[in-house]
Amino acid sequence: MPKRTDLKHVLVIGSGPILIGQAAEFDYSGTQACRVLRAEGLRVSLVNSNPATIMTDPEIADATYIEPLTPEFVEKVIAKERPDALLATLGGQTALNIAIGLYENGVLEKYGVQLIGADVDAINRGEDRQKFKDIVRSIGADAPRSRVCGTVEEAIETAGEVGYPVVIRPSFTMGGLGSGFATDEAMLRRMASHGLADSPVHTVLIEESVLGWKEYELELMRDRSDNVVVICSIENIDAMGVHTGDSVTVAPAMTLTDVEYQRMRDVGIAVLREVGVDTGGCNIQFAVNPADGRLVVIEMNPRVSRSSALASKATGFPIAKIAAKLAIGYTLDEITNDITGVTPASFEPSLDYVVVKIPRFAFEKFPGADPRLTTTMKSVGEVMSMGRNFTEALGKAMRSTETKAAGFWTGAPDNRSAEELLEALRTPVDGRLYTAEAALAAGATVEEVAAASGFDPWFVDQIALVREVGEAVREAPSLTEPLLRRAKRHGLSDRQIAALRPELAGEDGVRALRRRMGVRPVYKTVDTCAAEFAARTPYHYSSYDEETEVRPREKPAVLILGSGPNRIGQGIEFDYSCVHAVMALQDAGYEAVMVNCNPETVSTDYDTADRLYFEPLTFEDVLEVVEAERAAGPVAGVICTLGGQTPLGLAQRLKDAGVPVLGTSPEAIDDAEHRGAFSRVLADTGLLAPKHGTATTYAEAHEIASGIGYPVLVRPSYVLGGRGMEIVYDDATLEAYIAKATDVSTAHPVLVDRFLEDAVEIDVDALYDGTDLYLGGVMEHIEEAGIHSGDSACALPPITLGSADLLKIRAATEKLAARIGVRGLINVQYAIKDDILYVIEANPRASRTVPFVSKATAVQLAKAAARIAVGETIAQLRILGVLPASGDGTDLPEDAPIAVKEAVLPFHRFRTVEGHGVDTVLSPEMKSTGEVMGLDAEFGTAFAKSQAAAYGALPTEGTVFVSLANRDKRSAVFPVKRLADLGFRVLATAGTAQVLRRHGVTCEVVGKFSEGPGNVVEAILAGDVDIVVNTPFGSPGNSGPRLDGYEIRTAAVSSGIPCITTVQGLSAAVQGIEALRRGDVGVRSLQEVHAALAGGTRGGPSAFAGTQA
Amino acid sequence: MREALLVLEDGRTFRGEAYGATGTTVGEAVFATGMTGYQETLTDPSYAGQIVAMTAPHIGNTGVNDEDDESSRMWVAGFVVRDPARRPANWRATGTLDDELAAQGVVGISGIDTRALTRHLRDRGAMRAGISTELSADELLARVTAAESMTGADLAPTVSTQEAYVVPAVGEKRFTIAALDLGIKTATPRHLAALGVETHVLPSTATAEELLAAGPDGVFLSNGPGDPAAADYAVAAVRGVLDARRPLFGICFGNQILGRALGLGTYKLRFGHRGLNQPVLDRVSGTVRVTSHNHGFAVDAPLDRPTDTPYGQVEVSHVGLNDDVVEGLRCLEVPAFSVQFHPESAAGPHDAAPLFQRFVDLMEEARSHQVHAGGPAPVVEHTTGENT
Repeated sequence: MPKRTDLKHVLVIGSGPILIGQAAEFDYSGTQACRVLRAEGLRVSLVNSNPATIMTDPEIADATYIEPLTPEFVEKVIAKERPDALLATLGGQTALNIAIGLYENGVLEKYGVQLIGADVDAINRGEDRQKFKDIVRSIGADAPRSRVCGTVEEAIETAGEVGYPVVIRPSFTMGGLGSGFATDEAMLRRMASHGLADSPVHTVLIEESVLGWKEYELELMRDRSDNVVVICSIENIDAMGVHTGDSVTVAPAMTLTDVEYQRMRDVGIAVLREVGVDTGGCNIQFAVNPADGRLVVIEMNPRVSRSSALASKATGFPIAKIAAKLAIGYTLDEITNDITGVTPASFEPSLDYVVVKIPRFAFEKFPGADPRLTTTMKSVGEVMSMGRNFTEALGKAMRSTETKAAGFWTGAPDNRSAEELLEALRTPVDGRLYTAEAALAAGATVEEVAAASGFDPWFVDQIALVREVGEAVREAPSLTEPLLRRAKRHGLSDRQIAALRPELAGEDGVRALRRRMGVRPVYKTVDTCAAEFAARTPYHYSSYDEETEVRPREKPAVLILGSGPNRIGQGIEFDYSCVHAVMALQDAGYEAVMVNCNPETVSTDYDTADRLYFEPLTFEDVLEVVEAERAAGPVAGVICTLGGQTPLGLAQRLKDAGVPVLGTSPEAIDDAEHRGAFSRVLADTGLLAPKHGTATTYAEAHEIASGIGYPVLVRPSYVLGGRGMEIVYDDATLEAYIAKATDVSTAHPVLVDRFLEDAVEIDVDALYDGTDLYLGGVMEHIEEAGIHSGDSACALPPITLGSADLLKIRAATEKLAARIGVRGLINVQYAIKDDILYVIEANPRASRTVPFVSKATAVQLAKAAARIAVGETIAQLRILGVLPASGDGTDLPEDAPIAVKEAVLPFHRFRTVEGHGVDTVLSPEMKSTGEVMGLDAEFGTAFAKSQAAAYGALPTEGTVFVSLANRDKRSAVFPVKRLADLGFRVLATAGTAQVLRRHGVTCEVVGKFSEGPGNVVEAILAGDVDIVVNTPFGSPGNSGPRLDGYEIRTAAVSSGIPCITTVQGLSAAVQGIEALRRGDVGVRSLQEVHAALAGGTRGGPSAFAGTQA
Repeated sequence: MREALLVLEDGRTFRGEAYGATGTTVGEAVFATGMTGYQETLTDPSYAGQIVAMTAPHIGNTGVNDEDDESSRMWVAGFVVRDPARRPANWRATGTLDDELAAQGVVGISGIDTRALTRHLRDRGAMRAGISTELSADELLARVTAAESMTGADLAPTVSTQEAYVVPAVGEKRFTIAALDLGIKTATPRHLAALGVETHVLPSTATAEELLAAGPDGVFLSNGPGDPAAADYAVAAVRGVLDARRPLFGICFGNQILGRALGLGTYKLRFGHRGLNQPVLDRVSGTVRVTSHNHGFAVDAPLDRPTDTPYGQVEVSHVGLNDDVVEGLRCLEVPAFSVQFHPESAAGPHDAAPLFQRFVDLMEEARSHQVHAGGPAPVVEHTTGENT
């Protein structure tokens, strides 16, 4: 069936901010969808609140709305754009839920909008667990015994019937939120009550446990002629019980016979048909009893998912792209497989390699969080690797994760006994692959390790194989060529071999030996068809095999190093910059070669760069890619400054190895990153920094702190995302901090800075070419200095700074960039206190805020940075139109719209071992996983939009609870009074109430948590509070006021109401509430905003208001 | 670790390790892209005379079991894998593949760049090859170039049963068929039995008279190895069945035999179709089925129009979407049809299994015609059966 002719205009809904369980993969899928639809001649409108995405680039859609993903705002967009159809299956659960909401409340019908690629009844059948089980049984397949329960008591009764342990799964949540195992009634009681709250329909499934069974997934696609294909099978190494997003997974399935695989395929297809997924992709999970092969269906996702992004990258079959084509009427056989260019998409990819995915966690960011892996997803990112066998792929994946150890033997040895290690393996946590190897090394058998871990014996045997190869390397009298080749074939890195052979003088020695012996990787191609047909797309992975497939090339190449796994502090924003560099370099006549190992991203789409190498971002792997590309044609150099800390850390070594490093030199990077060198930079430029020092012992730290006075900000050097950063108010805490920071050494000292209380913090992104500065944007943080910039909301243009301040900032940035020697982007953080400008830090690289600034100002900074890196000047880029002809981010028009960035925090994902929530207070350590942007003519509305996008709408009436630290009481009186004047009922703790009453604010006193029954926590949990204002005080500990605040904040988070922890945040919220009460919040596309900014015909405030639905 | 060599007739040589039996073997080198089902592949008689390279790197992970053999033994001439499993991991496994290959005398090679081999065969076509754990490359090449080519090879009699046997229906018997064993797999009678069909399996050289002797409701032509142009005996038998207007269903080699019986030509594909992921368009229903393939030869027939044959018009019912190869024939005037792929799968997806039902429907229809015509039509007596 050909394309439908009745569709002219499609609205695509994105997935919003990056969250655990819903991350960058939806930028990848959404971007693909938009491109496909436009290529088919359709008008595409897009709504997504996440500015850090490629999909919200103005050139991806015809009309891009960076607006909150709520049914209300999406309705406004529909009213303005009047699309024919809505495509919501590529934006994760968020988009699907909005689409269902708009369908059920009649908005789609009202505006005549058709839902495409999805059928609401089918979605309900797929997601309603009981209906789904009935369907599974109706087609003759098996499912775990279970019941949907609406109350805790019902859950307990069901558990009695199916027997403990039981699984709790809340209905309609994503990433397994609220899911878990309960082994007894007390546990079930607690988990069921959380689960009922997490579920938007307030039901949970209580289910027979299939804990420890083998876990599989199939990715399927269906078209409207009922053709169904299986794109990929995935086998989880972590058995049932660990969320698939947190599991180490392998594609294709490794331990199924054809009989068993085909049975799974038959059941999957029958389920898909019976559920009635309209067209598009779908993911089905299965569990298989390892003892007898009993196959049960666990669940399905009737949409593009994280797993489908992984499957797309793993197979080369672009699921999202094809899903978009199917949604507008094509059938699979009418779509050509991009990779071969001749065969149709109506086939099932065959892999002649093995894919391994390993999740990346961030438990270190959430002290107290339970590190056990459960059915609630907790990982923040993932890596994927490919090899010609499992061991090769495993080794590459393990070193791609960028954890402390980069594969077996590279971390601290685990000296526990075999018994202890086996016991440890019984509890799923991050890093069990290492524990499994240690257990084998300690004498445990493959069977014992398999039994303890639940890993299939085949996988354990593969780990044993790597171990045997490692032992052979360690024991051999000398490292021969066949042995070295064998080691490389099983995935051992030079670094691992160096760890096993100390006499080889480290990784460099191993590399030298390896090259002398001619043991070099070749590059194979991902081609969907196991080489049956020739591949046109250069999507490569390395392998120690015989034949390489890299084709020669004429044009000079630039390699762009990506950012590796998403983690807190290094996320999708860096991928955005890398993708922009690809586009800019292609425009400038280069072949852009992407190197990255993150399957969730746009950068690892085979369509993005001219060549894609899916490789770990280690020195060894990157250098080999450089050599392979040098053999293929001229290489202009490597860009290390756009992918965050990961590639930056490779810059110096690459340069030392003779690789041209483009842009800012590694030496200049070092000048900015090393505190000593940076002090000289500041001295030379005459700029001030807060008083500071570096210490390697407590005695030194104490001396510095005494000199500059508490509070001080302490942190390790060379970090991203403020890892290990703390504000310290006294000696005892300082001593504890130094004791805890085990890695402190002369090479890695601790930095002790004066902490500027109540300062305004400023973030600046700028370009420098050696002559000129282009200041991209000045962002003013809404929270005070001391909250990590990644977690702080900020506004652009700055809302309280005058033009004199901006000129001062511009001049300081220019001096810094010139002195450091920046050739490209620089990010500087300043603090202004008492009219004095302090430099907090400078990073000569793309920052997290580059996409936000680019979207707010309509200037694509990363593209310009890539062009500067290859030698073009800002003056030239102004002429070419890459940068504006004149002016920069310091002289935006008076009526430029205000963009507010707000961070999104994952606190609700984590629980302590006891099952309580983790603290939600913000600190210098970054904790957010993503961000949203609110864009409007004035600050209040923009801020309100940012809050709606991040957390749900601010309340315009109701009850506010206020509990303030003493230092905040004075400054908070005015905003609280304003809320009271707006009609809010005010609850406050006794001390706060006293101050408020003296200022004429009527308020009711409510007890603290520690004051027993009738306290505020109960009121919050009962739903009697609509907004919480709690500024933390006291030192972190287990008692006193700090604990009270902790209980209040976690209650607010679990009840899903706004929780404001700073006075500045409160003031902004009050402005937002006022704007919402005026009721004139409209929407405006980015294209319109940018046209206004560029054309001088400013939109003005009315441009947003006039678009109201 | 014993070394092994794989030498192709154009001289390309791969050095790896011995896998399975040691010794020397020659055959036609082909690649198979299925990611599962090596046990079924090894025991599929259609692979007789072929050195099969598996493109999936890990082979042997599920060991071998007593249930998944497709015939009484392994038929491949040699086996090429990249990473053989060191241990099987599956609840049904009764042994390792390595041991089973050795026990059945299948000479194999492991540890070579199977993707490089596949690309070579893809670009230059399937060709003769040899594996040896004892000869030098030159000696092996001499053996390879002296070996017979697959073109013109008549292999069905070497894999066929020598004695007729019966596979009973499961449950009530509704139909009886005669199956010409050109290399039949056990999955085929199993599928038929489940539909109430009793299958009388006859040797490949059975004549039309022998096929029709028991008065079967239909005749089935199995898959099998070799060049269909060298199996004139089977072509003659099929013409006899067509003359008798007896319902006929052929698969794979059987499709080629039917084609030749209808007067169509067959030709050798450059590298063939061997995999479990091949999209085939059913031109009648317009649906695409993902099907299991194993064929080096194909029928030559026009795709755009029916062809006139001595048995009336025949049309191409199925087309391979990857390369427009004829994947099925449907006679418009006699009750006969065939497909080039494997509805019995094993290994492979079950999408095409309903074709067995179509065969049953055809027999049902024929039977109802007979009933309306007042009893069994004496077609057998009327036929000359002498079309050779």
